Amino acid sequence: MEFPANLRYTKEHEWARQEGNRVVVGITDYAQKELGDVVFVELPEVGATVAVMDTFGVVESVKAVSDLYAPVSGTVVDANIVLEDQPELVNASPYGQGWMVVVEAAHVEELQQLLTAAEYQVYVAQEKSSR
Amino acid sequence: MRADTEGKRTPLYAMHCQLGARLIQFGGWEMPVSYSSITEEHQRVRTHAGLFDVSHMGEIEISGPGAEAAVQYLTLNDVRPLQTHQLQYSALCNEAGGLLDDLTVCRLASDRFLLIVNAANIDKDFHWIITYLGPGARADNCSDAKALLALQGPEAETILQRLSATPLGALPYYHALMTRVEGHAALVSRTGYTGEDGFEVLINAAHAVVVWQALMEAGQAYGLLPVGLGARDTLRLEARYLLYGQDMDETTNPLEVGLGWITKLDKGEFLGRDALTRLKAAGVRRRMLGFIMQDRGIPRAHYPVMQDGQVIGEVTSGTMSPTLGQAIGTALVRSTSVQTGSTISIDIRHKAVPAQVVPSPFVPRHVKR
Repeated sequence: MEFPANLRYTKEHEWARQEGNRVVVGITDYAQKELGDVVFVELPEVGATVAVMDTFGVVESVKAVSDLYAPVSGTVVDANIVLEDQPELVNASPYGQGWMVVVEAAHVEELQQLLTAAEYQVYVAQEKSSR
Repeated sequence: MRADTEGKRTPLYAMHCQLGARLIQFGGWEMPVSYSSITEEHQRVRTHAGLFDVSHMGEIEISGPGAEAAVQYLTLNDVRPLQTHQLQYSALCNEAGGLLDDLTVCRLASDRFLLIVNAANIDKDFHWIITYLGPGARADNCSDAKALLALQGPEAETILQRLSATPLGALPYYHALMTRVEGHAALVSRTGYTGEDGFEVLINAAHAVVVWQALMEAGQAYGLLPVGLGARDTLRLEARYLLYGQDMDETTNPLEVGLGWITKLDKGEFLGRDALTRLKAAGVRRRMLGFIMQDRGIPRAHYPVMQDGQVIGEVTSGTMSPTLGQAIGTALVRSTSVQTGSTISIDIRHKAVPAQVVPSPFVPRHVKR
């Protein structure tokens, strides 16, 4: 399982990658493994505003609907519409081609409140052992 | 493992863990939802074969001189024409005509019947049965002593034949035979829940692991994969088979969920007959329909269904169909103006997404006729 060191993580299993004032967002390797085959992704429109820890979309597996939570507040400047036809990219490449949205951050320092890769790895281990 | 989350386990639990299955709680049981991926397992059943552990299901035997009368009174379908080792799909209803369970009935002998019931309803069904058994009949709950494996797919017969001395080619759909599989006594029926040709193999629980392993080995050359409950659900929905507890429950009657064909109102007295006869005469108010989404979105249980801006019912089952690549579902709706070809809409997170009503099944069935 992968926990890239250059990313920040939420407890809802999203990752965030800072690019200047912009933040690229997706779901983690652990999340895609737990979900199983992703068959549907619903993303916000470009221009939509998102608020930190509010839902901004949905990712669906065969059996379940999962909310997506925004790691930072801001405005959506890009959404990965390729996922409409190829939702399986979320499973195949959760940190790469499976990226979901790019947010122009209103308060980019919100990233500091998120987990580091090391902290997220511990968090995942705890979640797995308590099942 | 916390004790309060542990469900009952079939004799194959250790095997599932060994195969790396993802486990879930289902109807009080700890069962595999998938081994590799739901989509891969689903597709393998349609193209080659899949092996399912369905040992969590229940087996109730009714025997004695009064057995046929008891089964006739307890169930909706007519058991009189059943030959020995012939099965029929049927159901239990309460006096109000509400569905208690769907099941299959197998005649083992003139005075012995085997009822195969849903896992979540074993205790409920058994207590109901012994309450209404009548004279000259006894009921035995054999569920814990038995294991049930389902082998489904176009290669199922080829695979099972390698392990069974008895020829399977001439076994008709919804008939069974007694044979030995890997040397162990088995009741093999040509039945299933996937829409493909296949068999359900009933053996003693003590032989479950040996028979599973033998089937997996015999099937390896034919692409056999173990298949979990996740794909079992997508397969049955594509074939338009109903799932008790989701598509129907005690608040639904057989006439409105499309089970009128197994409800033999003229066969004589049975539990629920009077209420169902009255319901039929008054006109069935709701009906079950199937639909394919016309725009992006996946229907899920309880999503509202609309026509012309009016809510007419709700989704009972829905998924992304692996075979069709489109989202499909079933819904129980007020039977006013909805028919095959009608456009309805499904409320998916407060957005009305169009869908078209289509005939059954969603995917052609390949059961051996």
